[in-house]
Amino acid sequence: MNAPFSLDISRRGLLAGGGALVVSFSLGGIGKLAAQAIPQPGAVVPDNNMLDSWIRVDAQGVVTVFTGRVEFGQGMKTAMIQIASEELNLDPNTVKIVSCDTALTPNEGYTSGSRAIADGGVSVRAAAAQTREILASAAGSKLGVDAAQLKLDKGMFVAPDGKSASFGELVANEALHVKLDKQSKIKDPKTYSVVGKEFARIDIPAKVTGGVAFLQDLRLPGMVHARVVRPPSYQAKLRSVDTAQVEKLPGVLKVVRDGSYLAVIAEKEFQAVTAMQALAKAAQWDEKPTLTDYPALYEFLQTTKSEDVVIVDTKTTPAPGTRTVEVTYRRPYQMHGSIGPSCSIGWMQDGKLTVWAHNQGAYPMRQAISELVKLPEDQIRCIHMEGPGCYGHNGADDAGGDAAVLATAFPGRPVRVQWMRADEHGWEPYGPAMVTKARVSLDDSGTIVDWNYDVWSMTHSTRPGGAKSMSASWYREQPLTLPPSRAPAPNESDGNRNAKPPYKLACAKVMHHHIKDMPLRVSALRSLGAYMNVFSNESLMDEVALAAGVDPVEFRLRYIDDPRARDVIKMTTERFGWTKDKLPKGRGRGFAYARYRNSSSYVAIATEVEIDPATGAVRIPRIVASIDSGTAVSPDGIRNQTEGGIIQSASWTLFEEVGFDNTRVTSRDWMSYPIMRFSAMPESVEVHVIDRPGQPFLGAGEAAQGPTAAALANAIAQAAGARLRDLPLTRDRVKAAMRA
Amino acid sequence: MIELTINGKAQRVDADPETPLLYVLRNDLQMNGAKFGCGLGQCGACTVMIDGEAHFSCITPIELVKGRAIKTVEGLGTVENPGPLQRAFIEEQAAQCGYCIAGVMMRAQALLEKNPGASEADIRAGLSPNLCRCGTHARIVRAVRRAGAAMQRADAGRQTKGAAQ
Repeated sequence: MNAPFSLDISRRGLLAGGGALVVSFSLGGIGKLAAQAIPQPGAVVPDNNMLDSWIRVDAQGVVTVFTGRVEFGQGMKTAMIQIASEELNLDPNTVKIVSCDTALTPNEGYTSGSRAIADGGVSVRAAAAQTREILASAAGSKLGVDAAQLKLDKGMFVAPDGKSASFGELVANEALHVKLDKQSKIKDPKTYSVVGKEFARIDIPAKVTGGVAFLQDLRLPGMVHARVVRPPSYQAKLRSVDTAQVEKLPGVLKVVRDGSYLAVIAEKEFQAVTAMQALAKAAQWDEKPTLTDYPALYEFLQTTKSEDVVIVDTKTTPAPGTRTVEVTYRRPYQMHGSIGPSCSIGWMQDGKLTVWAHNQGAYPMRQAISELVKLPEDQIRCIHMEGPGCYGHNGADDAGGDAAVLATAFPGRPVRVQWMRADEHGWEPYGPAMVTKARVSLDDSGTIVDWNYDVWSMTHSTRPGGAKSMSASWYREQPLTLPPSRAPAPNESDGNRNAKPPYKLACAKVMHHHIKDMPLRVSALRSLGAYMNVFSNESLMDEVALAAGVDPVEFRLRYIDDPRARDVIKMTTERFGWTKDKLPKGRGRGFAYARYRNSSSYVAIATEVEIDPATGAVRIPRIVASIDSGTAVSPDGIRNQTEGGIIQSASWTLFEEVGFDNTRVTSRDWMSYPIMRFSAMPESVEVHVIDRPGQPFLGAGEAAQGPTAAALANAIAQAAGARLRDLPLTRDRVKAAMRA
Repeated sequence: MIELTINGKAQRVDADPETPLLYVLRNDLQMNGAKFGCGLGQCGACTVMIDGEAHFSCITPIELVKGRAIKTVEGLGTVENPGPLQRAFIEEQAAQCGYCIAGVMMRAQALLEKNPGASEADIRAGLSPNLCRCGTHARIVRAVRRAGAAMQRADAGRQTKGAAQ
């Protein structure tokens, strides 16, 4: 970025956490309380159908947006403010936002699947547009002119004769307490002055100055600290534990034991850590060897009984093929690996429970907690606060469950539960292991005449699952268990995502084999099945292009009509300088393309790699990407998300595999689950955003995961002179492939 | 009671001498900058400067840092008056979730205080003890470069001013 962003940083920093209804309170001397700690519920009970559940204007004319979506560093809040400001002709510096709180905001379920702006943004846009229309009509009546003649600027309607009326004057008498009109007349994108422009994110100043930026930073009056002693393995049962010595340790307030669920609560945090360690030492567990490690796991996936769903079947008798490519790709379990272990605070007061959590949705969490602690939903309030990036379903939901259970066991004071690193690594639900198998035939002219693709996968989503989806429920005296998963319809929602190739093929069959068992705990990891399916399809497309003797980009373009797909490919290859010139051995170029979910953002990626033949280490001198995600609300936000997706996916692709033996997960820290460090990062990441004003928002958060993996694999195949089909493409594997 | 010097200010804390500095900063002193990431010295979210060097505060007992100069991200500036490194991170929008950022910044600050002209390769190597999971690496390196350049300009300005006097 050459120029500083146009937003007034210091002013915005002060607004960041607040909203019109946000009231701080303090209890003398008990502890400093974050100013925005406990927003007080207003008179309005959130109702998705009502306009004033989405947007409110106070007597001073200050606009506050209410969204059920959550911020997790993707820039959602800033983008929502831009969308609302645009429709209301407001300076975005003056617009406030309140997000995801069962007492304050609409219920928008989980913020996932790159849908925050694609769905949530559309609602906010409609609400802001409707608010403008209502206020314009009120201004017209007040000023005695036709609303169409009014000009709107900075919260003021001005009539041709110069008379004016402000938002604050016009909003009286519950003017916005009407049904939300989702078809509100929105502005012509040609007139946009805020959407599509660069604004600094509102959450960043606090994050770089030590402000209260995360749930982890929330300190409530009288707060105590809890740690959970987790079983050493999924099936372990607590045989015995002598809690007497631990109960005598300094600061210990309570040891909680319920079946195999074991936790300790202490006055100070490090006292809780010390007590947890002592309790872990005192606990005796019975364990069972129930797991099958790689590579037997991959065999299991392909041989165990599966539910089989047809994704594509345009099978006719294929024209005779003269060359056939038949390959298998494998992906191990991979983790979210949030940089901060999950945290949550529960506070049971007078029979009512408040839980602060950083999971992806407060409403589904409230439902699950209601089941977990047997309290009616209307006695529970769940509040989202930002946490470390989650990239899907990590430990944050579980931590919320822990906080609810422990707050119930220790009423009166806020109970803060902080997971340890080994908890997060060992207990988060992983992105599932997968196997894909393909057989593609070419005719004499090098045209694809037959395409067969099978994907085997466990489920990619164990939410919403109520209390059963929270680990706290599995180890109590009265345990719950997660039911086996069911195969989804062929709707791009799970392991089937992007199994369908983005190419026009005359004869194809694509099958999804859904495995109901979950040997290791699994759930949604950024892009779900798309990461592996795009890695497979786009590696395959290169292998087939090589068999046809055609440049891989040129080969793909023969099967793509969609002009937007062709545009991202053109942009990437031009900016990259894609050529057919040979590189010396040890260096390679790779390309990949996908349209996320086959209906969301278009992404094309080209990369160059260089392999150190002595170690097999992969250096990435540059990656160039282009993305079309429809109307770009915040181009820099899209670039940031895409750069992040590329680097994270490069880390998954080159380094990451969850390790386990026949009983336990063995990846319990960053040494046993290494991820990409600065020393291995791509040396240049260039992202080009193709803005499509007026087109639907397509969502940008997950679209780069698959193409990055395949572009790297294709570049490595060229550099190594051998194809690697098993993820991750570690230096040992690269070195072995080069020697073979 | 143990006396610590944090961001130039003397602080007395009543904590077990073995308590890691991280817990004292976050709880006893209610500072948010240093973050709990692993407690093992593997990720750098807790990084602070001690006598000018970057250290993992999660594995540094307070008894070892008595009387030494401890600097945290709070010591680099404020929202209203951000320091050069903070300003550079905002200008480059070099954060996604931002949980690792304060730790990354303190390692970068230690690096730049020694060598504001650090090259990209120096920065990549220097920041390697710290992890970022969102993949903000490219922006972080740009922000550190930008801050280094600003510090060099400020230095040059001071020297010119000094020479003129």
